[in-house]
Amino acid sequence: MSAHDHAGHDHAHGGAAHGSLKGYLIGFFLSVILTAIPFWMVMTGAIDNKQATAVIVMAFAAVQIIVHMVFFLHMTPASEGGWSMLALIFTVILVVIVLSGSLWVMYHLNANMMPGLHEMRQMP
Amino acid sequence: MASTATTADAGPVFYLEEEHAHAEGGSTMLGFWLYLMSDCLIFAMLFAAFGVLGGNYAAGPAPKDLFDLGLVAVNTTMLLLSSITYGFAMLTMDKGRVGATQAWLGVTMLFGLAFLSIELYEFAHMIHEGATPQRSAFLSSFFTLVGTHGLHVTFGIVWMVTLMVQVARHSLIEANRRRLMCLSMFWHFLDVVWIGVFTFVYLMGTLR
Repeated sequence: MSAHDHAGHDHAHGGAAHGSLKGYLIGFFLSVILTAIPFWMVMTGAIDNKQATAVIVMAFAAVQIIVHMVFFLHMTPASEGGWSMLALIFTVILVVIVLSGSLWVMYHLNANMMPGLHEMRQMP
Repeated sequence: MASTATTADAGPVFYLEEEHAHAEGGSTMLGFWLYLMSDCLIFAMLFAAFGVLGGNYAAGPAPKDLFDLGLVAVNTTMLLLSSITYGFAMLTMDKGRVGATQAWLGVTMLFGLAFLSIELYEFAHMIHEGATPQRSAFLSSFFTLVGTHGLHVTFGIVWMVTLMVQVARHSLIEANRRRLMCLSMFWHFLDVVWIGVFTFVYLMGTLR
């Protein structure tokens, strides 16, 4: 990462570091691996358990998003005086609330609204 | 500098004696980042809609019947390659090499066009099979989410062509560098969104 930091110093006037060839190549290499493994897992059904596969695929996506943020978008806690990181954290919190909230509420709504045979028979 | 120094005859002064010298476009990067974050929220809504509706097939085709993961893998490769070539464009821009920057931008644009073509082929194929957006809630939310991403890529390509013309006319002046850096953030951001799309829509959909 030291080469990356150097490049950042040289172009500090631009507001954001542009990264280095090494940084881009590392990021590309990592993201190829992090893309290929989930595709391979789902396409070949390497693991029999679908639940486990889903969890692993999501974990790979999370790691890949971080890799892209660091190596391609050059996010560091210090960029733009910390403001871009603050905006990112705020956005991530909102995204988590929106996604988990929607899925949670709608799952329970579906589960409770489903007119199963069981309840239908008990209806007056 | 904030001046709160008190002198003998004047009280404390609470104003900025002189503005910091703001270089033109000094806050553009932060502003553009904030735009990207708000764009991120749009995608979060669409992901949430897909997450809620993605299982409602209305007795229509399911992801397993529709998605060709091999094609999606090729598509993902196109977008990944376009990301690294845009990175190369930024590196050559740093060195001030106009021709090389233009060449890398051109390569990036071609990968972007390849991505769009494959996506449009996929959409056309699905619609031909009767899997139109009207068919089920799953397909409505699928086309909205993936279509919105595709639309972003389309506008990214339009922007890229515009900047290539700008660079051809005015070379790599400060303003053009700033614009190219904004597009760089936009382009890499679209790649980040695509990670979410291929994971949640295609891979998880096939697992469902």
